[in-house]
Amino acid sequence: MIVVRELNKSYATRDGKVSALQDINLSIKKGEIFGIIGASGAGKSTLIRCLNRLEQPDSGSVEVAGTNITELKGKELRLARRRIGMIFQQFNLLEAKTVYGNVAFPLRVAGFSKQETRERVHDILELVGLSDKLNVYPSQLSGGQKQRVGIARALAVEPDVLLSDEATSALDPQTTYSILELLQDINRKLNLTIVLITHEMDVLRHICVNAAVIEGGRIVENGPVEQLFYRPESETAKQFVNIFNYYKDANGAEKAAILR
Amino acid sequence: MKEDMVELLWDGLLQTLYMVAWSSVFALILGALLGITLVVTEKGGVLPVPRLNRVISTAINGVRSIPFIILIVLLLPLARLIVGTSLGPTAAIVSLSIGAAPFLGRIIESALREVEPGKIEAAKSVGAHPLTIITQVIVPEALPALVRGVTIAVISITEFTAVAGAIGAGGLGSLAIRFGYQRFRTDILLGTVLLIILIVQILQWSGDYIARSIDRKRYKSG
Ligand SMILES: Nc1ncnc2c1ncn2[C@@H]1O[C@H](COP(=O)(O)OP(=O)(O)OP(=O)(O)O)[C@@H](O)[C@H]1O
Ligand SMILES: [Mg+2]
Repeated sequence: MIVVRELNKSYATRDGKVSALQDINLSIKKGEIFGIIGASGAGKSTLIRCLNRLEQPDSGSVEVAGTNITELKGKELRLARRRIGMIFQQFNLLEAKTVYGNVAFPLRVAGFSKQETRERVHDILELVGLSDKLNVYPSQLSGGQKQRVGIARALAVEPDVLLSDEATSALDPQTTYSILELLQDINRKLNLTIVLITHEMDVLRHICVNAAVIEGGRIVENGPVEQLFYRPESETAKQFVNIFNYYKDANGAEKAAILR
Repeated sequence: MKEDMVELLWDGLLQTLYMVAWSSVFALILGALLGITLVVTEKGGVLPVPRLNRVISTAINGVRSIPFIILIVLLLPLARLIVGTSLGPTAAIVSLSIGAAPFLGRIIESALREVEPGKIEAAKSVGAHPLTIITQVIVPEALPALVRGVTIAVISITEFTAVAGAIGAGGLGSLAIRFGYQRFRTDILLGTVLLIILIVQILQWSGDYIARSIDRKRYKSG
């Protein structure tokens, strides 16, 4: 579903060029939940933002559902982006619009009729469990509810792929858990491909099958999550696993309850 | 206090309101064009044209660095060209609109800049057209800040209008100069001052009221 080849990205800063991604190669299968984990500044956001061209790579290619995203311009790019939903750490909902308006926005953009829009918004809000919040403004929602609206907005036009940039990092453990359950549920129901960035091992372990570890702009490990846990090879993965185990031991009962 | 006072003040008030209203409308249209263009054409904006951005920004700074009274004089030929005369309220509207537009442009620019980039990215990520992003995201999200900024600008236009009165624009400003200053009519001078204060207060109240009702609707408080 997603194939990344030889991707490079650098930022021009006052102190010269800063390389954010180097020689990234990645292949993500249709219908899988793929995790990307790494320390702060490793390049996770840059990578995921290259997948829908919010960031312009220097070289290399990104293919999503058979379309080479890196070569598109203008209208073609906008059409391709409609096949790729995205959710954000800070939710990024429109405060001027109600829950309905937020979820309807991508449908209007895609040219759905009023009637179709209404039906889809109702269906998708039911899926994320917010049918009763239709006419509420985002400021009156909890963090978890906001992210559900974010998910509904991202999925309203039924994209092939969902990109999630630390979508649960601003949420408490219980809410994180419920959002992850929702993503997993949607993944099964719609056979949606999900690319999920996180810096929490918990999140990876909970819903990802395969994952890549990114360190200093390079992918240093790539494979099944099990393997990352039991035979971590990269420094980053080892550190993450150590931290994870430390906390698990520290308050085992609590964590176990969350992870069940 | 003489019996002509009420009539003079009334006429002056109407002229001032006429100038403030039309100058505000035109300055707002021009200013919105300038402000929106500044925000969207900058590097990293939704329609980046950095060169145009620099040109507009420099032009705005240029016009804004000219003292207003001199700007009016400079714009007199243009007023004559457009409305056929360089005297009276209608001519003043031309100068006032053009004089205030760069100021409004900057005010609108700064209000629009307050919109979090994440919201714009969210709109980009669903494949929205730049124009859709401007009309459906940037402007509505910034609305309360826009209303507050435009209120300040319209109040400034009211002040400019009084200044323009000094060089033959009519209105309360010109009354104050002609009667208060040149003929020592303290009653008229005080009357004009009171009326201008009243206009400014009403403008501020209305602006605050509108901005607050938008906020209340969105945030159910404040
Ligand atoms: N717009 C930018 N301009 C310059 N440098 C940038 C920019 N965005 C990111 N970088 C740099 O690129 C590198 C990767 O950043 P990125 O945001 O992808 O990290 P991340 O892995 O998402 O980190 P975090 O977990 O903190 O979100 C960092 O060194 C960062 O400083
Ligand atoms: Mg990040």
